[in-house]
Amino acid sequence: MSEGFKIEIINPEKSFLVKENVSEVVIPAYEGEMGILKDHISIISFLKPGIIKISSKSGDENYYVEDGIVEFKNNNLSILTSSIFNIADIDKSKKQDLLKRAEEESVKVEISDQSKYLIDQKIDVLKTLN
Amino acid sequence: MASLDDLKKRIASVKSTQKITKAMKMVAAAKLRRAQESAERGRPYSEKMNNMILNLSGGISDKENAPKLLSGTGNDKVHLCIVMTSDRGLCGGFNSNIIKKAKSYFLKILNEGKELKIITVGSKGNDQLKRMYGDKIIENVSFKESKNANYFDADKVGKIIIEKFENNEFDICTIFYNQFKNVITQIPQVHQIIPLNNQDNEENTSEESYEFEPDEDEILSNLLPKNISTQIFKAMLENSASEQGSRMSAMDNATRNAGEMVDKLTIEYNRSRQAAITKELIEIISGAESL
Repeated sequence: MSEGFKIEIINPEKSFLVKENVSEVVIPAYEGEMGILKDHISIISFLKPGIIKISSKSGDENYYVEDGIVEFKNNNLSILTSSIFNIADIDKSKKQDLLKRAEEESVKVEISDQSKYLIDQKIDVLKTLN
Repeated sequence: MASLDDLKKRIASVKSTQKITKAMKMVAAAKLRRAQESAERGRPYSEKMNNMILNLSGGISDKENAPKLLSGTGNDKVHLCIVMTSDRGLCGGFNSNIIKKAKSYFLKILNEGKELKIITVGSKGNDQLKRMYGDKIIENVSFKESKNANYFDADKVGKIIIEKFENNEFDICTIFYNQFKNVITQIPQVHQIIPLNNQDNEENTSEESYEFEPDEDEILSNLLPKNISTQIFKAMLENSASEQGSRMSAMDNATRNAGEMVDKLTIEYNRSRQAAITKELIEIISGAESL
């Protein structure tokens, strides 16, 4: 039995990332950041905008997500998301672009409190990235 | 009998048509491979999504207050049908098959005295349904600009559906699309997405209890709208693979038919040329004899 567990990140277009033997994953769950280790209890939760941090022997990887659903079961972590970016891959202008779009959205009047909260969250995260 | 010149022209025109159909077949073949790949890559997402919803809905304690997207409005008076077709023609029976399936379903609903609303995705379906069901079509979405099926387009359609559902504009939602089996066969599908039909799912609900954060209801109400978009996206992917497959075989047939036609016309051309020569010879000989 290996020491780690398996993580799978899937977006609608393809299987984004599959990785075995991950020691820890930190996800931005809806009610706060959550660290998942091996043999975590089965859980389903969804994500708010934030950073997924995957730690394994080969080092850490960071991904920026905007939404998604997480399921952990039998040492299998599946993350379904429609928007995910590897932080190492996105350059400054892309980050600025995302930030600008989020800021534009946040000034709209008709959005509900809940989506307002999510957008503010998004802006915060993007600001820390820049 | 057509003159030699006419025959020559016809042969040339059929040949150039053949060239076009051949090129279209090649293009469709290349696109098919890509569409098929993305259809296959998109499958895990919708499968996982389905599994999660199954697990969740199994765990729901209060069936009465379950989200309406899951359990339905309790009525079945107003039906919304999403007919998904292509934006381009020349793809054999691809669009007509979906339309045929949809029409028979419409007839059934109308005979039962229920109300029918239609949303068409793709302009070809709209063209064909406009004549008979023009007053029933409430919206037409078309993604002519986007090259490949992408999730954002699907999400747009999904949002329209959910908005209409929340305004109580319909009770039951069904989508029509072609499932890609192989290049020659595409199966028109009828699939109910609201309320979620749990009967056709296999027995993979696990006994295991999950921890939910936040609670089940909130997750479900967040997940179900996503699932609608995912289902639409899946249908779009299957559709685009089917469209290319169907076009490929249609164009293959057309190329073959054009080839046969060229052969036939060539034989006719040669025969009439020969006949003309023979006639001339006879004239010369009989002219010489009479001297």
